[in-house]
Amino acid sequence: MDKILPIPSPVSQPYFDGCKQGELLLQHCSACDRSQFYPRVMCSHCGGDSLTWRRAGGEGVVASFTVVRRPVSKAYDAPYVIALIDLPEGVRMMAQLAGVDVDTVSVGLSVKAQFEAWSDEVTLPVFYPA
Amino acid sequence: MTHGRTLDLEDVVIVGAGETDLGVVVDRGPMELGAESVQKAVKDAGLNLNQIDGLITCNSLVHPVMYHAEATAEYLGIEPRHCMAVGTGGGTTFTAIRYAAAAIQTGLAHTVVVAMADSMRSFMTRERAMVVQASSGHPLYEQPYGPSVPAYYALIARAHMAQYGTTEEQFAEAMVSSRAWASMNPTAQYRELVSVGDVMASKPIADPLKMLDCSIVSDGGAAIVLTSRERAADMPNKPISLLGYGEGHSYEHISQSKNLTQSAAVESGRLAYQEAGLTPADIDIAQLYDCFSPALLIQLEDLGFCAKGEGGHFLQSGATRPGGSLPVNTHGGMLSHCHPGNPGAMFGVTEAIAQFRGLAGPRQQANPRHILLHAQGGIMSSHATLILSQEYA
Repeated sequence: MDKILPIPSPVSQPYFDGCKQGELLLQHCSACDRSQFYPRVMCSHCGGDSLTWRRAGGEGVVASFTVVRRPVSKAYDAPYVIALIDLPEGVRMMAQLAGVDVDTVSVGLSVKAQFEAWSDEVTLPVFYPA
Repeated sequence: MTHGRTLDLEDVVIVGAGETDLGVVVDRGPMELGAESVQKAVKDAGLNLNQIDGLITCNSLVHPVMYHAEATAEYLGIEPRHCMAVGTGGGTTFTAIRYAAAAIQTGLAHTVVVAMADSMRSFMTRERAMVVQASSGHPLYEQPYGPSVPAYYALIARAHMAQYGTTEEQFAEAMVSSRAWASMNPTAQYRELVSVGDVMASKPIADPLKMLDCSIVSDGGAAIVLTSRERAADMPNKPISLLGYGEGHSYEHISQSKNLTQSAAVESGRLAYQEAGLTPADIDIAQLYDCFSPALLIQLEDLGFCAKGEGGHFLQSGATRPGGSLPVNTHGGMLSHCHPGNPGAMFGVTEAIAQFRGLAGPRQQANPRHILLHAQGGIMSSHATLILSQEYA
């Protein structure tokens, strides 16, 4: 059984291309000067369409997390940590947290993105303690 | 065809209700259960199937069909003039009921059935059920990481613990309360009393949630009949009014939530209370969406039954249990009674109707005046609140 893989659209493709090159790319709106995640065809803050891609620093803070004991399928090895990460660019994203003792993770932990192959084609950000 | 006159919401009433066998039902699939629920609800209303001119159904996750309401009408052998299938359950269960009322208000149909049924327990493997439910996550930015549905709710539970000091033992009280009610309900799938210790010792699923923080998986269906107050005068049951309704939508995917510990139930509740002219203190029974213990705890706060951050203490106080100040999920809820997937919230409606009619047996509350129903879909994402009463101003 394979892991669940994203099927990028033309609009989201740059994000996944960035991941492959070890860069976390976020859309930035030049009209309202805010970033958004996930990628969209328009700015979800102001409704404008002046979006450009910017490289994020990759740092973040754990907003919440869970240690998954019963995996969603056999493709995932439990236990694994699912976290919501707040980036200083003002966006929140979900990711796996790795390189941590699952019993000592905490809300507020500082983390940094690294990039991991999910399949031959797809690379995704995974966060590690900073 | 409208008649140039739009009825007020108070001119629409619930006149019938029906439930199939619930729990583990192996001799009927989703369509059969749905049809049976309609048959029972229509009979309860003192009507014939051919008097139903509007049908709103929820598609099955187990056996999805392209046009579900139309297929159900065909199965029943009726030719309604209004059919609509809604894609999901959760909060949209009450949205469907409000739509049924709107159809009657505008003359689109006179007598509308809302029916929902599914067979997640007996007609789908556990593995498949997990994958189907987890598909509520964002396909590009959440699902690839492997979150299960309990994991999504665990993120909310953990955030509440971090912000308000809520404990795992307090979450465990949700199941303790649920079973106390379910033990008095012969149709509940699980009726054995449990203790906080039992919940704490149950299998870890997604920390801090354990098996007994999670709702059950069931088979079953339920339907209700709505019509105008005028037509209801000739029908056997005392009509039940829709006093107030509200919705709140703040995101769909949990990673897009701006506030993990407070939901749009605040908004849906505010609108429903406002329309009904009531406050939380006026509510005699609350039937809430207890898919997971943190969902129940946060609804108690967001609907104003206790202060923000106090949900854990409120549950621990026994307020929601039999004899408490706010009976919650008097049928046992989705934690113990019946949760076939999307139709889960319908059993809160049929239980409310049973409570109004005095038919709830040992769980019967003395003359409930106002019953609040709340449901949510996504991950505390989309909310709908409905307040019912037998009283008519």
